[in-house]
Amino acid sequence: MIHSLLYEPWPWFIAGPAIGLIYFALYFVGKRFGISGTYRTTCSMLGAGKFAKYFDYKWKDDIWNLIFVVGMIIGGYLAGVVFPNEVGVDLSASTIASLEEMGFSSFKETMIPVEIFNWETLFSIKGFIFIVIGGLLVGFGTRYADGCTSGHAITGLANLEFSSLVAVIGFFIGGMITTFFLIPIIMNL
Amino acid sequence: MKNLRLLIIGVAFGFILSKGEVISWYRIYEMFRFESFHMFGIIGLAVMTSLIFNQWIKRSKMKDIDGKPIHIPKFYDGILQYLLGGTIFGLGWALTGSCPGPLYIQIGYGSTVMVIAVLSAFFGSFLYGLVKDKLPHKNKV
Repeated sequence: MIHSLLYEPWPWFIAGPAIGLIYFALYFVGKRFGISGTYRTTCSMLGAGKFAKYFDYKWKDDIWNLIFVVGMIIGGYLAGVVFPNEVGVDLSASTIASLEEMGFSSFKETMIPVEIFNWETLFSIKGFIFIVIGGLLVGFGTRYADGCTSGHAITGLANLEFSSLVAVIGFFIGGMITTFFLIPIIMNL
Repeated sequence: MKNLRLLIIGVAFGFILSKGEVISWYRIYEMFRFESFHMFGIIGLAVMTSLIFNQWIKRSKMKDIDGKPIHIPKFYDGILQYLLGGTIFGLGWALTGSCPGPLYIQIGYGSTVMVIAVLSAFFGSFLYGLVKDKLPHKNKV
């Protein structure tokens, strides 16, 4: 039991409620669940307030979320390096078929495709789009929408907010455009 | 002490998202193709569990660990900002296979090149700050 919790992927019915516990834990310590706010905090901390009013705010109140980020990275390290999974990603057959057609095979061993995400591909057109353009869109979009998956899809929906439902619909419009149209094109570059 | 408890919650969150495969580009690809229940199950149950906590906090007028009343803020009303911003984020979510949390977590998990994606996300946020007043918003954030 302990062994499989440490060295195997968790089923959805364990991971889902566990995220709900994080939501509660953050309120309980006087904070609030939401990750993309860290982008604003970081920019402000680095002096972006000189260039845009948006970053000229009381960012010192938000330093806590950078500590949370350090924790997340440590958590990722524990899960990926100290207690690495012994099995790959158990994807659906139709997903596997479309991935293999595009030349992916690393899902048998790991959950992050080394075919795209490594330091060598970063300097190719493909890697640049996936890593640099992708990151840029995440940063821009989450700030424009004032929240990401944690802020809107979890916190906002749990508070029954219409704005968050609209945002989540947007997430899926964008995600489906990338998945169905852009990724097949980029993988052919 | 306050920082330590936040650090621990962060560690737990990073571990949960990793073991739940939420940080997997493959899982996100599969989700946007609607070919597996996995991600929908996770998000759905996370929302339901959070909804229960949300109601409990409100109805019991719960106080936090320092004795302050817990305040659950609301987003501004409006459609365009959330729809457009959400769509732009969605484009990037499917490219990187990561929402903002996993973008950080993947660095620790071993995909160190994601440092570049995070820096790029900072830059994307900075660009947003620069052009914010020219974009359609119903309310000023």
